[in-house]
Amino acid sequence: MPERFGAWFASRGWAPRPHQLELLDLVHAGRSALLVAPTGAGKTLAGFLPSLTALAGRPPSAKSRGLHTLYISPLKALAVDIARNLEAPIDEMGLGIRVETRTGDTPSHKRTRQIARPPDILLTTPEQLSLLIAHREASDLFASLSCVVLDELHALVTSKRGDLLSLALARLHRLSPGLTAIGLSATVREPDELRRYLMPQGRRADPGQEVRLLEEEGPAEVRGSSEDAAPLAAALASRARKRDDDDEPPVSSPMADLVVVKGGAAPDLHMLDTGLTLPLAGHTAWQAMPAIYDLIGRHRTVLVFVNTRLQAEYTFQELWRINEENYPIALHHGSLDATQRRRVEAAMAAGQLRAIVCTATLDLGIDWGDVDLVVNIGAPKGASRIMQRIGRANHRMDEPSKAYLVPANRFEMLECQAALDAVEAAAQDTPDARLGAPDVLAQHVLGMACADAFDPLQLYDEVTSAAPYAGLSWEAFEAVVDYVATGGYALRAYERFAKILRGPDGLWRVRDARVAQQYRMNVGTIVESAKVKVRLARGVRGKPGAILPRGGRVLGEIEEDFADTLTPGDTFLFAGEVLRFEGLSEDEALATRAGPGTDPAIPSYAGSKFPLSTFLAARVRALIADPFEWDRLPKQVAAYLLQQRSRSLLPGERDLLVETFPRSGRYYLTAFPFEGRLAHQTLGMLLTRRLERARMRPLGFAANDYGIAIWLNRDVGARIGIEPDFLESLFAEDMLGDDLEAWLDESAMMKRTFRQCAVIAGLIERRYPGQAKTGRQVTISTDLVYDVLRKHQPDHLLLKAARQDAATGLLDVKRLGMMLRRIQGRIIHKALDRVSPLSVSVMLEIGRERVYGEGADEILAEAEAQLLEEALG
Amino acid sequence: MKHPVPNTEDAVLALGQRLQKTTRPGLTLAGEILTLDLCGGLWLSRLRTLIVSDLHLEKGSAYAARSGQFLPPYDTRETLACLHEVVARLDPACVVALGDSFHDARGPERMEPGDRAMVAALQEGRDWVWIAGNHDHAVSEGVGGRYAETLALGGLTLRHEPSLDAPDGEVAGHLHPCGKVAMRGRAVRRRCFVTDGRRLIMPAFGAYAGGLNVRNAAFDPLFPAGFTAHLLGDGRVFAIGKGMLSKD
Repeated sequence: MPERFGAWFASRGWAPRPHQLELLDLVHAGRSALLVAPTGAGKTLAGFLPSLTALAGRPPSAKSRGLHTLYISPLKALAVDIARNLEAPIDEMGLGIRVETRTGDTPSHKRTRQIARPPDILLTTPEQLSLLIAHREASDLFASLSCVVLDELHALVTSKRGDLLSLALARLHRLSPGLTAIGLSATVREPDELRRYLMPQGRRADPGQEVRLLEEEGPAEVRGSSEDAAPLAAALASRARKRDDDDEPPVSSPMADLVVVKGGAAPDLHMLDTGLTLPLAGHTAWQAMPAIYDLIGRHRTVLVFVNTRLQAEYTFQELWRINEENYPIALHHGSLDATQRRRVEAAMAAGQLRAIVCTATLDLGIDWGDVDLVVNIGAPKGASRIMQRIGRANHRMDEPSKAYLVPANRFEMLECQAALDAVEAAAQDTPDARLGAPDVLAQHVLGMACADAFDPLQLYDEVTSAAPYAGLSWEAFEAVVDYVATGGYALRAYERFAKILRGPDGLWRVRDARVAQQYRMNVGTIVESAKVKVRLARGVRGKPGAILPRGGRVLGEIEEDFADTLTPGDTFLFAGEVLRFEGLSEDEALATRAGPGTDPAIPSYAGSKFPLSTFLAARVRALIADPFEWDRLPKQVAAYLLQQRSRSLLPGERDLLVETFPRSGRYYLTAFPFEGRLAHQTLGMLLTRRLERARMRPLGFAANDYGIAIWLNRDVGARIGIEPDFLESLFAEDMLGDDLEAWLDESAMMKRTFRQCAVIAGLIERRYPGQAKTGRQVTISTDLVYDVLRKHQPDHLLLKAARQDAATGLLDVKRLGMMLRRIQGRIIHKALDRVSPLSVSVMLEIGRERVYGEGADEILAEAEAQLLEEALG
Repeated sequence: MKHPVPNTEDAVLALGQRLQKTTRPGLTLAGEILTLDLCGGLWLSRLRTLIVSDLHLEKGSAYAARSGQFLPPYDTRETLACLHEVVARLDPACVVALGDSFHDARGPERMEPGDRAMVAALQEGRDWVWIAGNHDHAVSEGVGGRYAETLALGGLTLRHEPSLDAPDGEVAGHLHPCGKVAMRGRAVRRRCFVTDGRRLIMPAFGAYAGGLNVRNAAFDPLFPAGFTAHLLGDGRVFAIGKGMLSKD
């Protein structure tokens, strides 16, 4: 490290950490590397040191130096924050390095100037990078690029955003062949996936890859040779590219070097035990509020994480209800007005808040303020998620982060215990590597045509050098290009309107400036659901119940789908208060404050809910199956499991328990796969279809993270008595065949998934917030498009893309398939004469949540009956 | 999450009972007895005439030509297939397309030969009237049938855009009415017929035609004394009072 830098570290009373020096060595040797380190280890500085030292060492006379380093962050705010943090070392060492950010907020004159005279270091987001590489000047701009730093890589790669970024990275590797890529990541289970992500795939492997494990006390270095063919690579190779030349060398899957920082103080983590008996279901954790309030009183700043916006609203209300000390407690979630959120963040940074109740919106990002305790209400759902959240407290890696897990029901106590065990074992449940989505590729291909004319073979090689697309076949790539050109329809109706055209030279070019403009408007993979503003309405003086159309301030936004279901008079929780819905006015929902003591009538609105991770689910199953483990559980949970064992039985770790019993004139079937709510909902839909065909007359079902309950007019237990194989065939894996297809076609969730793919791939235009709401009769409904397309071209690219998403997304079909394989021959049936303790938990979900998209005629018939009553009454 | 399972025997029975109660001989408008077909067509059995409105044929290709959005180019054949189904079932002597039959004036030029043949087959052996709409006022050749601005049919007057001063018995389209029912945290939005016993507005028939909520102010002057909307359900048509319908 140059002397200037050593002196600067010393002036701060710091010493460079071993991993920072390691990374510096690797990058200066021209190698790409992944740095895996816990929070507080100085990851970001490590990522920038190689660039700062290289730039500082340039001769001062060097002019028109060009862009040297690109930094990509998942959050705009994080990029801005890091630009600010870089100022100190650059100014204090007098390095004369120009650092700038480029986000959606950057004014256009500055954007233009950044292309003409780029800074040394540019900090930006994946979407902005996609726009940059689609720029006509891209090849000049990036020719000088020497280093790209990808921050929070673990969070980026698991989504379509990661697919888009991988394609942009592939383009950067082509534009600047000597490019080194640095990935910064929190601890992950499979660093190899991230290491591949950083490197161009399909080139000959480099034998000299290094793996270094660093303890914070002195560098303990481990050199390992990394195997070339990991499972994914093998899977991808099996779908190997089909090209004309037979003697193509085998596909290689090179990986970046790895630097791992072990250690950091173990977190000081506990399950909050209030001593009260917890209910068997429910997610509010109302019993715990006084204890949480007490914790707030004994800490400087507490982050209270919850899983849904509904829980956030509820917790915020409850804490204020008992807030006798008037502690400044704030609320932060994605539906709140942006200025309101910025205010909360600023107050937190200034140390003015004692507690912030928040959702995943604060999982990632800037270290605001001096948080000394994290409280996580509800089930942790995943070991990595809980680690990330715990890391938000006390951002120094040598001091332990302090956190409490607060279970809301007895099942969640099991889940909390499983999470405690996982954290202790430093085990992770990061999702598997993705197969690149075709809709994202379609967006990218159009962008590449905007940048310059492209040769399809060359672009194919480039695209397949991105890890998520390494297994893409030439035919699949051609289909995407065809889609971009004319929609990819068997009926060649749109040839004369083609967006990209192939010239006599064999190169594809964008049709005109309008198409390029359309691309720029559509870039990105985040498809927000349509939202409407919630505005506080004013009452009319002297006229109770009447409201003025011009209202008070905007409180935030709710999903249009949710607003659609409200009728005037409905009460719901929002922005920390109970509101009364008064009606819709243009694109705003008008609401008034409900009187004190009003209970919200509409239970929920669509919000993010994470399903229980596969990894944590397996740990919960293992806990239940092993009575020797129970003494680590709270007494009430152990007692509950004992009750279940005496009244029914407890399934083994790999078994599926199915219980049948009668209740109030109906028959019930419950099953406990522990595979998460999304997979269970899909399972419920498929099982009821099958039971209907088997004439068991199912009436409905309910699902939670642990199991499902189905109620029927006929007794499944009796049927099993006559037909012993009935359950095996009911749960047979072939339900994922025709039954699934038939249901998917009608599913509202599938339509939502299709809409997202259609927007990303540019089939329909994005709706922007604030854009005038045009009458519905002139906008195109994607539901109508979906119905027509699946009838006339069921193998269309976008339908395939939607099915690929359904496998892992809202429907979690992939996980369901794994479960069905796991339980083959391991289904244990227990016929009971009444409901068991285990079944009570899922029975309590019945009627708790709303229903989407099924049985429309029943709703219509009920509305019609009202008309008849009017007519007859 | 709770999901009712539709079409179980119980549900079907219950539906059947409600059907018995609500089945009416038909709707009467200016002395003519009308049947509201589930497909969105209006049937005058006395004159064996079928009326359909706002087919918006070639809407997909209109978008491709105008805005570069490549919607699946199958909307025309989908719309014609639905029309074929109802024509085969009722065997009308006359079919009236109540305007906006094509999404734009150049729609007929862009139509695929197969779809064109389908139109010709539908027209064979029966009278076929294209009423002029605002989207397709200039449609003139190559698509068979005859043209009219308006059409008098028994006691009824058929025109594309509803007119405020029309006498009783006006049947019009143009507005693409949709009704929304929101109940217990659920919402159902469907195309519908709207009538007050004096005039009737037809739902749009086209596969890509959107809908305008009947609680929109555009409907107020046409139905000053309120209306009943007949929503196209999955299994039948449901008559729903204005008071039960929600705004968007």
